Amino acid sequence: MREQNNFLAGIRDGFPICLGYLSVAFAFGITAVNSGLDIWQAVLISMLNVTSAGQLAGVPIMIAGGTLIELGATQLIINLRYSLMSISLSQKFGKSMRLVDKFLVSFVNTDEVFAVSSSKGMDLGRRYMYGITLTPFLGWTLGTLLGAVAGNILPEIVISALGIAIYAMFVAIVTPVARKERPVLFCSLCAIALSCVFHYVPFLKNHISSGFAIIICTIIASVIFAIAFPLPKEEEVDDNGTT
Amino acid sequence: MEPLKFLVYLLVMAGVTYLVRMLPMVLVRKKIKNTFIRSFLYYVPYAVLSVMTIPAIFYSTSYLVSAIIGFAVALVLSYLNRSLLTVAASACGAVLVVELVMTYLIK
Repeated sequence: MREQNNFLAGIRDGFPICLGYLSVAFAFGITAVNSGLDIWQAVLISMLNVTSAGQLAGVPIMIAGGTLIELGATQLIINLRYSLMSISLSQKFGKSMRLVDKFLVSFVNTDEVFAVSSSKGMDLGRRYMYGITLTPFLGWTLGTLLGAVAGNILPEIVISALGIAIYAMFVAIVTPVARKERPVLFCSLCAIALSCVFHYVPFLKNHISSGFAIIICTIIASVIFAIAFPLPKEEEVDDNGTT
Repeated sequence: MEPLKFLVYLLVMAGVTYLVRMLPMVLVRKKIKNTFIRSFLYYVPYAVLSVMTIPAIFYSTSYLVSAIIGFAVALVLSYLNRSLLTVAASACGAVLVVELVMTYLIK
């Protein structure tokens, strides 16, 4: 399969993610400083974690003086989906990816970086991976800084509007594929139904954290569809270069 | 927050997050041949993003109405294969317009 190994192509594909992150990280910066963290602390959290859900869950634990075990376990559960994505992404790497590249690239393997790069339909080279991780990383860091410094200046209505950005981006990743591939459409609908069950059924809502619910719903939906609609055999995949 | 205490928290948080991402990527060296596992991994990103989006998107703005309209805009534009940036920016714009109108009407 052809390998995409162009740094600038990576930068370009990472750019919309970067803009989406600016707004989401901005919101995180505001929240972090309002909860009592210093500006440098908010920025450092973003630079070293690069994960929206994990960070949003982690800050209240820090502020409340929670135990390190609680903090670590929460991060593990919320972020466990990344290990699925890392395995999945490892299957798409081309020959140019060295071990040291994986140590660096995995650091910024976010939902969006994963979704965009893994839907390329080409083997992924290291220069491309550095490009597509660099822009989102900068957007995430800069957005946090701006939110932490200037958050209180912006009117609430603008912050509210920015709140939908990241989810709109998720929609934009899933919809085009769901439109072309029926199984993906039904897998997505199945995942949504499960997600709503976990969100609205009182017992589940009160006893299962949101990070855990994400993992359970994802695994159930993906297992069902992997059994019902398996991919064609390896050789056929290589021939047409897609799926 | 007190710097030393913060740094210990940060170390644990960032350490766990990094290991969760790095270990599977580094340890899985071969191409997976098993059809079930390959199929499972193929569906994971779409399932994860769907789960994370709904119902969370409906609570991502100040009003349910503006979120629903923002979601509808995102859905239509992405169905038409618009870029991630266009979709995200239009959804934000739609929310902004709806909330401005609502604020105006309430006053």
